Amino acid sequence: MTDVLIVVALLLVAGAATAAVLNRDPVRQALVLSFLGLTLALLFTFLQAPDVALSQLAVGSAVTPLMILLTVRKVRRRPGSGGDGADKPAGRER
Amino acid sequence: MSSRVRLWVFLVGAAGFAALFAAACFDLPAFGTVPHPYGVRAVHAALSHHTANVIASVNFDLRAFDTLGEESILFSAVIGTVVLLRQARDEHRKDPEPATVHPPVRRFALLTLPFALLVGLYVIAHGQVSPGGGFQGGVVTATALHLLYIAADYRALERVRPLTLYEIGEAAGEAAYVITGFAAVLAGSAFLTNVLPFGTLATLSSGGTAMVLNAAVGLEVTSGIVVLLARFLDQAVEIEDPGEDDGSPRHTGGGGGNGDDEREPA
Repeated sequence: MTDVLIVVALLLVAGAATAAVLNRDPVRQALVLSFLGLTLALLFTFLQAPDVALSQLAVGSAVTPLMILLTVRKVRRRPGSGGDGADKPAGRER
Repeated sequence: MSSRVRLWVFLVGAAGFAALFAAACFDLPAFGTVPHPYGVRAVHAALSHHTANVIASVNFDLRAFDTLGEESILFSAVIGTVVLLRQARDEHRKDPEPATVHPPVRRFALLTLPFALLVGLYVIAHGQVSPGGGFQGGVVTATALHLLYIAADYRALERVRPLTLYEIGEAAGEAAYVITGFAAVLAGSAFLTNVLPFGTLATLSSGGTAMVLNAAVGLEVTSGIVVLLARFLDQAVEIEDPGEDDGSPRHTGGGGGNGDDEREPA
């Protein structure tokens, strides 16, 4: 039973990691990275390493993607970089 | 070096690595079966020091010096971020605008916030008893605070987050770890030796110095992550590059504002 769970978790990790590499948009990459963190946390839990799973869950699927998203927002706000405007403050283009 | 030579160097290296790696893998003990000698000894050492969570015992007792190094890595990384992401002289600070939040999002975040905070503090406090500890709980606590940014807006977060206090907390956590280590020296043992009474197994006050060091790391990580995210949030929300302007009220940083008040519409 545990072996089945471990194999499923391993496949999920491999899939999520490949998706993170294949995605070219940093915002999507951050979201996929968050999902990858979740699958890794699952894998570590099945491998009976709850300490590592907790670290992975907190850092890998919350803090790191958050930092990437904030960085993307900062970079896209820069004038003249052709940002898409989705995250610009309201009223900027009057 | 031509690309052909480079390719050959790579292939030789890769082949060597593959051979050694495969050989090493065949000598590994079977997956999840044989008790590892280090594991057996670590469990024994943890129980003799009345620490129920063996991982905490390894981190804060057996290899407390390693953990001091790891704590210092985070400490210096946060300091580096603070220095790197500070407000430059030609950047100006703009008051964040009040944001509208969808009611379901607001409800969800406000509902999750106290639970997440409690879970984080619980994980820190029970580091020597159950899985988790200062690092994991610290990250959860720090992240939980930022649910307020999702529930309301950046101004609400800034109001309940006195950053100076967290900067002091980060330094205090790091200092407490070193001081606990030197306290053992004063007590006549080596640096970071577990000299405190071990207490009763599986209670909050068990583990001797492991408990103290765990709390110190909890304080350091919570404060460190809050300071770290605050710098990123400042850059993403408040600090604007020179020439970037939307005409809203702002503070000029460092007296270097160039005063271009209205940008021509494109």
